[in-house]
Amino acid sequence: MDKSSNLIPAVRFENVSRHFGEVKAVDDVSLEIHDGEFFSMLGPSGSGKTTCLRLIAGFEQPNLGSIFLHGARVNELPPYARDVNTVFQDYALFPHMSVEENVGYGLMVKKVAKAERTRRVQETLELVRLPQMAKRKPSQLSGGQRQRIALARALVNRPRVLLLDEPLGALDLKLRQEMQIELKEIQKQVGITFVFVTHDQEEALTMSDRIAVFNAGRVEQIGAPAEIYEHPQTAFVAGFVGTSNLVHSQVAQKLTGSNETFSIRPEKIRMVEPGTQVQNGWTALDGAVREVVYLGMLTRYIVAIEGGGELTVVRQNLDETSMDVLRARGKRVQLTWQRTFDRVLDQA
Amino acid sequence: MTTHFSTQTKTAAVSLLHRISTFFHHHPTMGLALLLAIPLLWLGLVYLGSLAALLLQSFFKLDDYTGQVVREFTLDTYKQLFTRSNMDIVLRTAAMSTAVTLACALLAFPISFYMARYASRASKIAFYIAVTLPLWSSYLVRVYSWKLILAKEGVIGWFFQAFGLQGVLDAILAVPVIGGPSLSVSMYGTFFAFVYVWLPYMIIPTYTALERVPRSMLEASADLGARPLDTFLRVILPLAFPGVVAGSIFTFSLTLGDYIIPGVLGNSAFFIGQVVLTQQGTAGNIPLAAAITVVPMIIMTIYLFIAGRLGAFEAL
Repeated sequence: MDKSSNLIPAVRFENVSRHFGEVKAVDDVSLEIHDGEFFSMLGPSGSGKTTCLRLIAGFEQPNLGSIFLHGARVNELPPYARDVNTVFQDYALFPHMSVEENVGYGLMVKKVAKAERTRRVQETLELVRLPQMAKRKPSQLSGGQRQRIALARALVNRPRVLLLDEPLGALDLKLRQEMQIELKEIQKQVGITFVFVTHDQEEALTMSDRIAVFNAGRVEQIGAPAEIYEHPQTAFVAGFVGTSNLVHSQVAQKLTGSNETFSIRPEKIRMVEPGTQVQNGWTALDGAVREVVYLGMLTRYIVAIEGGGELTVVRQNLDETSMDVLRARGKRVQLTWQRTFDRVLDQA
Repeated sequence: MTTHFSTQTKTAAVSLLHRISTFFHHHPTMGLALLLAIPLLWLGLVYLGSLAALLLQSFFKLDDYTGQVVREFTLDTYKQLFTRSNMDIVLRTAAMSTAVTLACALLAFPISFYMARYASRASKIAFYIAVTLPLWSSYLVRVYSWKLILAKEGVIGWFFQAFGLQGVLDAILAVPVIGGPSLSVSMYGTFFAFVYVWLPYMIIPTYTALERVPRSMLEASADLGARPLDTFLRVILPLAFPGVVAGSIFTFSLTLGDYIIPGVLGNSAFFIGQVVLTQQGTAGNIPLAAAITVVPMIIMTIYLFIAGRLGAFEAL
């Protein structure tokens, strides 16, 4: 592969803002998406992630800033002139065309010869494992099949960047998990840059090479899944990606000697008998179990801390039955964790 | 004791209601039948019944000497229908209906397109009112105003004169068959008035169909590399077409049966509706009037069959 082309980002945002009246949907966003990576934009609804995707596709134009695709500024370029394709949230398959015609649409409007078109459509239908559906109408397909056809319709054009707008949102959990793995495999196979919008943090963690966490039109943090999960830089990221305990001033002061807020993941906290001796580099905090939530594989304990506040602790049900765990309610406990798992957050 | 008794009746009433609703819950078709009984009776007796009577009448004939209807099965009336002059009327009416429908479709599409795609919420409402406003006033008043507009001394004639285009107007009016002494007393007048009165019936279904094309569909087309014209021809037009066909059912059938406009405007060439009116009113020839009415029914049946094939009823 050509090394130099890899250095130019597939997508680059330079201080991009998009306003709708008073609403700042995208507010001064700068980011780079590397060529060939699986990049996720993660955030709650209204955080600006979909608007960012639409800006890349060309359905929206930025009010401020510049957007580059493979080094070329594309601010004013209409969608049909951009070498990107989109998989829409509602799939947006053309109801009056067969599957074959839907998938071949991009090639047809670009006047690709019929023989090549037929070949590429068939090839792509095989890639999404629906070669026998060519003659069907979209209305005759299931949700999962429509989703694959929408993917095929975009991939058949061999775009340099594929944009996916919550494509798995309408599928049930099992199908969604299957598609997550399949999408990732397809991405590796075709080697196209994938920009994936989702509000599902688990989905983003499963599939992405890198994740940008969005909040209120801004990017809070960009990084690899493990980095985002283990080193959240802001309270928002700590709270949105996985669950997190935020330890505020007073308790933090007692534990660390500094009143900076820090976060600790529920699965890092151990719950032991009060007064148990802890090792060096571990913290110890007394409290009482206020609530027990039995989740089958796991149990979530909400522990009221002496001196104020609550911490959530998650424990795998290794040796306990539901009866055992529920009996823990009201029990006095000591919480302990390795200090290295504390994450001091940026003060927003 | 009284309290006890009233409680008992109340319970009985509640349990009766309860049993009725349970019955309908277990027999949903019975509930549906009860609900539809009156409208079905209306449709069945009054509407289909009179149609059947009409059809029956067309197989009778009028005795030329006595002027009485002979109630015997005969195809004589239909033979009368297939005379040259009657066939001319049928063809004229069908041609006018086709022309009016095409003109309505061509005029309605851009208006509907603008309403559905570009108009703001407020101007959409304004458009909607403007389109339906003519339907609020009397149809006769509007037809007569067209007679004045199109008259020799009317505003259109004045316009042609003022711009020195009298020659153009004369040439248009000199066209055989459809021409005449003035726009108002030529086929043009009939045509304009028809297009005007039926246009809202074309705009509304076309607009509805265009409005139902999701924005993401247009974005998908552009995203796949289609320029706006391609998107229009390959996505918008095919998706809105059933709406246009639905509208055309109105414009076509309304023109086919109308007898007022060709009476007020035009070169006094007869249309189907007028023949029906004179045959059953003036001439008292109910059988022939009935037989002529069967013609637009057959034309509409064929038309609806084709429209159904084109998916028009999915857009209604």
